[in-house]
Amino acid sequence: MERETIIRGKAWVITDYKGNPIKDIDTDMIYHNKYLGITDINEMGKYTFGNLSNWEDFSLKAKEGDIIVTGEGFGQGSSRQQAVDCFISLGISAIVGESFAPIYLRNAINAGLLIIACPTITSNVITSDILEIDLENGIIKNLSSNKTLSFKKPHEIQMEIYRAGGLLRL
Amino acid sequence: MGENLLKKILKAHTKDEVKVGEIIWLELDIITARDFGGPNVVKNFRKAYPDQKVVDNKRIFFTFDCNAPATTIKYAENQQICRNFAKDQGIKVFDVNRGIGTHVMIEEGLALPGRTMVGTDSHFNILGSVGVFGIGMGDIDIAFAFRYGKIWLEVPESVKITIKGNLKYPATSKDLALYLLKEFSTAKLLGKSIEFFGPVIEKLKLYERITLASMATEMGAVISLIPPDNSVVSYLEERAKKELPTIMPDNDAQYEEEIEIDIGEIEPMIACPYKPDNVVSVKEVEGRPIDSVFIGSCTNGRVEDYKMVAEIVKGKKVASSVMAKVVPATKEVFNQLLKDGTIDILNDAGMIISNPGCGGCAEGQIGMTGTGEVQLSTSNRNFKGKQGKGETYLVSPVIAAISALKGEISLP
Repeated sequence: MERETIIRGKAWVITDYKGNPIKDIDTDMIYHNKYLGITDINEMGKYTFGNLSNWEDFSLKAKEGDIIVTGEGFGQGSSRQQAVDCFISLGISAIVGESFAPIYLRNAINAGLLIIACPTITSNVITSDILEIDLENGIIKNLSSNKTLSFKKPHEIQMEIYRAGGLLRL
Repeated sequence: MGENLLKKILKAHTKDEVKVGEIIWLELDIITARDFGGPNVVKNFRKAYPDQKVVDNKRIFFTFDCNAPATTIKYAENQQICRNFAKDQGIKVFDVNRGIGTHVMIEEGLALPGRTMVGTDSHFNILGSVGVFGIGMGDIDIAFAFRYGKIWLEVPESVKITIKGNLKYPATSKDLALYLLKEFSTAKLLGKSIEFFGPVIEKLKLYERITLASMATEMGAVISLIPPDNSVVSYLEERAKKELPTIMPDNDAQYEEEIEIDIGEIEPMIACPYKPDNVVSVKEVEGRPIDSVFIGSCTNGRVEDYKMVAEIVKGKKVASSVMAKVVPATKEVFNQLLKDGTIDILNDAGMIISNPGCGGCAEGQIGMTGTGEVQLSTSNRNFKGKQGKGETYLVSPVIAAISALKGEISLP
């Protein structure tokens, strides 16, 4: 499986009702524990952000290829893989955040979901901006505002996992 | 310059150069999965590696603790999926009667200083309390580890934290953990490896080390390692029935960052809804009426935790408006409390005593809350909706016990 290393998509900045990026979004907000019994990935998408104030209807709004943009500490909490799989289920192409909880970061990489830490992302992107992520060069272009941001390129093994479509396909 | 504890452990388990920010392949001594995550590990393993054997069935264990015994059909099915796989592969199962997996690993003499261990429990880094590099992972990582016995790891930065001051009753190591969460919040130590030192740390007994290490997850850290002292080592030697090699950081060990904190004489602390770092002094919320108390979890479910509770509630009664729930961490803890009369005291005080496990923390067998219910919990998380629809505050067993008697948030 060969995957693109330049990804283009529409951004969803996960903000509170005041418009500020939400810090420390935990795995129960992303994918609540009452749905952990579900093992079919196709079923998971509709519960994405089901316990996050103002975002409960996210699964109805998200389109395939969209990019999630988040604040600090995204994915705190439990080790549940479903909190990553629900985004894959919706066809989300990448998550770009200021920073991530360590287990969440691993889970996303291992599932083959593109996940990028970029500390300046939320101050340079608003919802509906079109972003272009260049993985090989570590650059995110905001095509709507013509701003360019840089991020630390993934390690080779992480790129291999991404290209293979997940750790278990290595 | 000397080496820190993390570097020593990692170097002993990889052929790659151990350099901060670089990736290594880390060999694992022990790999576990629980009833949460475990079924998906099995599913992933069967799909990716059909008809193949696990890397080494003596290094792999299942531990059922989340929902024990199963209270839903789904959990019952999931546990059965793990049991069947374990039988096929010759893997040992610590079943629903045994208790919280990480604690079982310590009691069984499997978690030994210097080892590398992983499990599908986000609080697996609790094993830092005995000098183990333990991390919690998702079901893909664990399926891969079942097959190959290793994981990829980006070597984290190491932070040396020296704690000075005086930890005095009624403050406990839970209050220390909450105090540090208030200090650091969730960002300061994100993705880092902590090593704890200083006079306050040196005095901590094993159960207190477990409490402190368990909350590294809430600080965002990969792990917090507490160099084992003689008493911890002799406990583990007795459990493992063998002499253990010493593994300690060098005196001139190098760290990416060093922090010194003087806690003075801290007061009991409390994490208010809905974040573990939303910490204030108990004094500030004293008098708030409560509906329930949960005493247990991997953070505060040891024998000594319940003895502190028993000392407070002995001969007294829990307030009639309060539901007090006790869930010992393991069967061994339960047995000891039964033998020494502690359970009698808690029971006479009107507390509900459950079989061991994770209890109210996950989708557990005891400890859910209804809308508007105010619960004090000795666990480690109070996220919105996690234990039900109520509001959860995180406290030490001391504060939980005294508050249960008075029916409101109280100090001894």
